[in-house]
Amino acid sequence: MIPAAFDYTAPASLQDAITALVDGGEDAKLIAGGHSLIPLMKLRLAAPSLLVDLRKVPGLHGVERQNGHWRVGALTTHTTLQTSELGVVSTVAGTIADMQVRNRGTIGGSLAHGDAASDLPAAMLITEAEVTLQGPDGQRSVSAADLFKGYMTTDVGEHEVLTEIRIPSLDGWGYGHQKFNRRSEDWAMVGVCAVVKASGGVCEDVRVGLTHMGSVPLRATATEEALRGQELSPENIATAAEQAAEGTHPPTDLNASVEYKQHLVRVLTRRAIADAVGAG
Amino acid sequence: MSDLGGPLPMAWVPPGVEVNNPEHWPLARGVVRHVGEAVAVVVGEDRYAVSDAVEDVVVEYDPLPAIVDPEAAIAAGVGGDLVHEQFGTNKVHEWSLPGGDVEAGFSEADVIVERRVVNHRIAGAPIECRGVLADYRAGSLTLYTSTQVPHFVRLFMALLLGLGEDHVRVVAPEVGGGFGQKLQVYGEELFACWASRKLGHPVKWIETRSENMSVAHQGRDQISHVRMGAKRDGTITAFHVKILADFGAYNMILTPLIPSLGAFVMGGCYKIPNVQTDITGVFTNKCPTDAIRGAGRPEATQMIEVTVDQLAHELGMDPLEIRRKNFIPKEDFPAATATGVIYDSGDYHKTLDKLMEHVDVAAFRAEQAQLRERGIYRGIGFCTWTEICGLAPSRITGPAGVGVQAGLWESAMVRVHNTGAVTVYTGTSPHGQGLETAMAQITADKLGVDPAVVEVIHGDTSMGPEGRNTYGSRSLATGGEAVAKATDKVVAKVKAIVAAELEAAPEDIEVSGGKFSVRGSPDKGMALADVAGVAYIGAVPEGMEPGLEETTFYDPENFVFPFGAHACVVDVDPETGKVNVVRYVAVDDCGNPVNPMLIEGQIHGGVVFGIGQALYERVYYDENGQLTTGTFVNYAIPTAAEMPSLETDRTVTPSPVNSLGAKGVGEAGTIAASAAVTNAVIDAVRPLGVDYMNMPLSPMRIWEAINQGQGASPEGGSRS
Repeated sequence: MIPAAFDYTAPASLQDAITALVDGGEDAKLIAGGHSLIPLMKLRLAAPSLLVDLRKVPGLHGVERQNGHWRVGALTTHTTLQTSELGVVSTVAGTIADMQVRNRGTIGGSLAHGDAASDLPAAMLITEAEVTLQGPDGQRSVSAADLFKGYMTTDVGEHEVLTEIRIPSLDGWGYGHQKFNRRSEDWAMVGVCAVVKASGGVCEDVRVGLTHMGSVPLRATATEEALRGQELSPENIATAAEQAAEGTHPPTDLNASVEYKQHLVRVLTRRAIADAVGAG
Repeated sequence: MSDLGGPLPMAWVPPGVEVNNPEHWPLARGVVRHVGEAVAVVVGEDRYAVSDAVEDVVVEYDPLPAIVDPEAAIAAGVGGDLVHEQFGTNKVHEWSLPGGDVEAGFSEADVIVERRVVNHRIAGAPIECRGVLADYRAGSLTLYTSTQVPHFVRLFMALLLGLGEDHVRVVAPEVGGGFGQKLQVYGEELFACWASRKLGHPVKWIETRSENMSVAHQGRDQISHVRMGAKRDGTITAFHVKILADFGAYNMILTPLIPSLGAFVMGGCYKIPNVQTDITGVFTNKCPTDAIRGAGRPEATQMIEVTVDQLAHELGMDPLEIRRKNFIPKEDFPAATATGVIYDSGDYHKTLDKLMEHVDVAAFRAEQAQLRERGIYRGIGFCTWTEICGLAPSRITGPAGVGVQAGLWESAMVRVHNTGAVTVYTGTSPHGQGLETAMAQITADKLGVDPAVVEVIHGDTSMGPEGRNTYGSRSLATGGEAVAKATDKVVAKVKAIVAAELEAAPEDIEVSGGKFSVRGSPDKGMALADVAGVAYIGAVPEGMEPGLEETTFYDPENFVFPFGAHACVVDVDPETGKVNVVRYVAVDDCGNPVNPMLIEGQIHGGVVFGIGQALYERVYYDENGQLTTGTFVNYAIPTAAEMPSLETDRTVTPSPVNSLGAKGVGEAGTIAASAAVTNAVIDAVRPLGVDYMNMPLSPMRIWEAINQGQGASPEGGSRS
């Protein structure tokens, strides 16, 4: 549990951080809360030659309301998200691991790491959030839908820093979150988050996000399509939820087969939408 | 490394039983037989540099077939896939404990229930992994090691390194949990000593969690075919158990003995005239198994208590009624069981009655029915159990008896200092249980002093007498009794001194209010410090040696047999299979309590250990022999969030074996809990067509069982 040797720098500005990444070559890595990277390094599954720590970079913390969305700094901790009023994002953040992890782990680190079992990526999909990436050649925005490319692979470039996340506020939407794990502090075996916009008992719009049902977070589009425009009755919700596993290829382990996870995702989708309707 | 020493010891030589025992070298020689088996040692001056150097060790392996499934392994013969070619079989040994005539018993039965009971492999998982510091200098070795058994480690380090025992000192400092895993003599201890001698430097080794999960011995891993027969009225006539025990790749210090410990109590707390246990040990390409908290008795209890429930269901009887009908009545104690084991004391109705004060079964059944209508599947499970502990009687456990190559007595030395301060040396090796407090209480009570002035020293072979360490819930019943006996000797001398000083007869001296005084004259008396002054500085009576220090080696006449009645209430989510433990009530009887708070602590920890096995924890090797549960991410120890607030109560039935009337309690909760949980889960999902399930009761397995429901269970059948 001792990592290979590495260099460390904590630049005081975003520009210096980007420069350090460029100068550090391909084995330079950014570190934020360290709760994904450090364990990998201790197991020697990752061996970066240089860690560029963002902790001294100003302006990367905090949650603020701007017009119809929330601007969330990349170094905002899960605990801060949990205690803010971000609807489904706050609820999801409150289920991440344990309090020690939530106090250190950051939203930017989690999204850039792109672990399919992490909770926040699916919440970004259904809120249709955007991230800002700052690199040597300037700044760009990427939607959550385009951010997650594959297993532990995101669109964040080698020399880019994920600086902020813009989350539409979804005022008036109901939301629900169902996380299934064996122990309360475990990663999700399957997670489902849902947001529903209802009008007179009818589903005006619905978005359902799935965690750990593939190598990237997914939207349950078949379920969404089946429910959109329908009356939000328990029967209609159940029928729509039956399609939640469509097209999924979930990773498996000793405690979860493909069949079991696809079953779970249908059950949890029904419950998450029901929660969203109840909370809306 | 020819001077490294070895092979590592296996200390069970049962008379008349052949045990295939391969040489177990601390470094693999030619063949690596399980993931984690050491192949090289790297020593350096800096932990970081050593970690880098380990990365540079490149080993080329020629793949061999992985022998993982114990049932396939035992079927393999000459020419098949064998863990140790030289034996021509994967069988380690066969051992039977017959009692009565089981076939005659089954012929009297109206109903026979058969089940295949799987007790899966688990880890000890102490929060403190192992750690070793060896310091060899000037011909003497000092070894600090995180162990339960410093005295055994000293003996074997001396033997394996060719040193005199007098030149080996082993210290077990404050140890952060053992759970049986540290009842062992490990190759890593030997490496550190060897390297220190070789290099003339102290050498330290600190284990990582991943190493602990793959190398430190594991537990359970038995597949048993059980048959229980009963008359229509519920009277159990026979119980026959055939255990296939997966020992992994090697026999460690007591590996093949472990299932036998269960055989000694295979009748549980029931009066069953015919009980037989047949054990077959088998090698596989996995980490060796050995004693893990309960060691054979949780497995036995699971077989008995789950099968009794199955039998009750088959007979249409209440599960508590069948238990009460078959309890050994309290008049029978000391009670000889069918296999010849003598239970020391028991009152099983009393603990169950006490449990019923906490659990209203009729109200529960009404609530259960209501909840089911709302789609909530709640179940209740019971476990009424006894076990064998206080591991001692040398005449039974030793070479001529069961075959353990050690006397399992226990020692204590009590020293009253000049000032009246007291030091107690125990040969046991407490590692987190709080035994220091209990032992100090025993001595303090007898000497009329505050327990705060009594210091208990343990786990250092250079201090106090030779000892036999801590395991098998033995430390109070053997070590505590040794402390009591050594203190009694001191008290006798104190009384003689006081009698002489006060011109009275020793038999008239009593201790009260912190003083030794003549009965009836409490004002005139001597405090312990005054007596010590006479013993060391003043004039002791004619013919008496000076000083105030006594030693005892205590070897009891029998084991002790704690017992209890536990109830577990669970909710099972019928859609996901997830279990929520709603309530757990434990009524235990461990004889006279010395320190109730310490007993509570042991029961709490033990119950969580058993719930952990039933619902969460599992060591798993895939078909390639790869360990897939090597960290706490996938080896799921329950956390506080998964546990209900445990409810505990106690009855007191003293043991006649020792003067304290005490029994063991360190393993009790673990022995009881997994069966109570299993019975509760089965009770919850019976309406969904599930009659029987084996652990681990993971959500997916329960979901699968519910899916298969409405028919015969996949794990066993029954006939009437």
